[in-house]
Amino acid sequence: MADKLLFDRIDEPGLDTIEVYQRRGGYESLKQALRMTPEEVLQNLLDSGLRGRGGAGFAMGKKVSFLPRGGMDKYLVCNADESEPGTFKDRELMQKSPHMLIEGMIIAAYAAGANRSFIYIRGEYELQAMKLEAALIEARQAGFLGDDILGSGHSQTLVLHRGAGAYICGEETGLLDSLEGKRGNPRLKPPFPANQGLYQGPTLINNVETLATVPHIIKMTGTEYAKLGVENSAGTKLISISGNVQRPGNYEIELGMKARDIIYGLAGGPEPGREIKFWFPGGSSSPVLKPEDLELGYDFDSMAKAGSMLGSGAIIVVDDSNSVVDVALTLAKFYRHESCGKCTPCREGTNWTVKMLQRIHDGDATPMDLDIIASVQDQIMGNCLCVLGDAMAMPLSSMVAKFRDEFEQYIEEARERAGLGAAPDPSPIEIAGAAA
Amino acid sequence: MAEQTSAVARYGHGSRIPGWDDSVDLGKDPAVVPDPATTPVPDALRAEIEASMAKYPEFRSATIPALHAAQAVHGWCSPEAIEQVACVMRLTPGYVTAVATFYDMFETKPVGRQRVYVCTNISCSLRGGKEMLAAVEAAADGDPDFNVRGFECLGACDIAPMASVNGEFVGPLELADAEQLIADLREGREVLPDKQLSRRACADPGANPNG
Repeated sequence: MADKLLFDRIDEPGLDTIEVYQRRGGYESLKQALRMTPEEVLQNLLDSGLRGRGGAGFAMGKKVSFLPRGGMDKYLVCNADESEPGTFKDRELMQKSPHMLIEGMIIAAYAAGANRSFIYIRGEYELQAMKLEAALIEARQAGFLGDDILGSGHSQTLVLHRGAGAYICGEETGLLDSLEGKRGNPRLKPPFPANQGLYQGPTLINNVETLATVPHIIKMTGTEYAKLGVENSAGTKLISISGNVQRPGNYEIELGMKARDIIYGLAGGPEPGREIKFWFPGGSSSPVLKPEDLELGYDFDSMAKAGSMLGSGAIIVVDDSNSVVDVALTLAKFYRHESCGKCTPCREGTNWTVKMLQRIHDGDATPMDLDIIASVQDQIMGNCLCVLGDAMAMPLSSMVAKFRDEFEQYIEEARERAGLGAAPDPSPIEIAGAAA
Repeated sequence: MAEQTSAVARYGHGSRIPGWDDSVDLGKDPAVVPDPATTPVPDALRAEIEASMAKYPEFRSATIPALHAAQAVHGWCSPEAIEQVACVMRLTPGYVTAVATFYDMFETKPVGRQRVYVCTNISCSLRGGKEMLAAVEAAADGDPDFNVRGFECLGACDIAPMASVNGEFVGPLELADAEQLIADLREGREVLPDKQLSRRACADPGANPNG
């Protein structure tokens, strides 16, 4: 594949200091960008085809262009609340190369005309917050942050804000409320953050990896960057592989690489003697895929075509030693815990899904419960302010649909164990939204 | 959102006992912004909160940093800690409590000084995270100095199963490490030094071509 961009010599000692980072050519892209007009920088971002690396995959350049022009206070917020289960790429990037993120943020803010910027980092990342705070002090001293940066007329402040442990604050509007000092409840959209975001001002929100890619785009130009990867999925991507593989970790790949080569080639596949049962291609919120989907290319379009999504680029591999019911229960409990409680379908739906899965686990369930689970997921999807509920509903319904036999077998065995005997005949009642 | 910490009173069959959600004293007004003259705040804490407030265009953004600071002083978000944050920030204790109860890292009950968060989310549980939590709980054996809790994904699935020990990520853990982890904390030693994430190189072989 192409050379590494983000992970190029990532473990070089001292890369977290400005000396080493600059010795390697760091902040040169910033100087280059400040010699261009903001419009030229924006054009490079548009040309690059870079899509957001946080989960939604929205075109970054387009997002920047949505911000109104003019001299009002505008905000850039870096979403470093990496809480999607299975995702840990931003952690490694911020810990080992914090200046790359800072440089990317200054360039992005210049393109967007933002003068105030924030990094919202999850509270659990204490080491990473310390590294970033130290890097920010160095960047301020070097004159890369503050008033009239390098004589360009562009002024910018950057504040590091630590969260305190809430998955929902990775959702952009929940993050904004949390950054304003409130409970992290998502907001109704529209208005979108580009018009009314932080402190009701125009706000651009991007993931760590997206912003850290910006200096590389400026360095190699947008059109060159667009040549990496495949159609609609330009560039390289950090992927986090975890679960039942022999070499879990972060890898930088060119988008479009075959999923089998990632899971077996890079991560070593499951332990000897084990087979993959299913895998999450983009964090725990993505619908699960089966081993036959391993032949697909790992990019936005292929994953969408297979009925799932690239999400945050977190691959979780589950091997045949695990029961699908246990995985589903672990997942559902997580989303129940993290639901903020603002919207009824999510608050109640996650709770009832856990209760029903617990029934299956305890041996109290009948196959009809599977239809009810599917129906509940159906009624969560698209009915809330944010996608936290959908994030449970999508993988859950894919598990019930793809592994119904195993669920049914589990129900039967659990009933045996509990001494309840065979399940009664299926109910004649029709359940709305039940998987056929 | 934080798990419900105050247990709802219930009958044996599960339904809620009437009156569980009645307010304590309906005749009483909600707490007002504490009076600085009668609310003593440690100088260092006041300075830290005020410095946080000055960093943001709107001072209210400093609520979370202020609570972090107050919790570091008091060990948990005690009524006293809430009062002090409310007093310095000129907010009502009700507002500050609402924020504190939303986030997992703010403790709403007194807890041990040594924080051990064991991840039990999907990637860790696939590799024995739940058993690991049980082992650490057994090793701590109810010692009030320890705050051992199962935690949602901490973002270190590459070292699953893992734990965050006073903020330091350690893994991949084996069941036998539980005793060592607790012993290291008791003795004030560095915790499992060879398993700390901060010393781990990137998994991608292409990232460090020269090793």
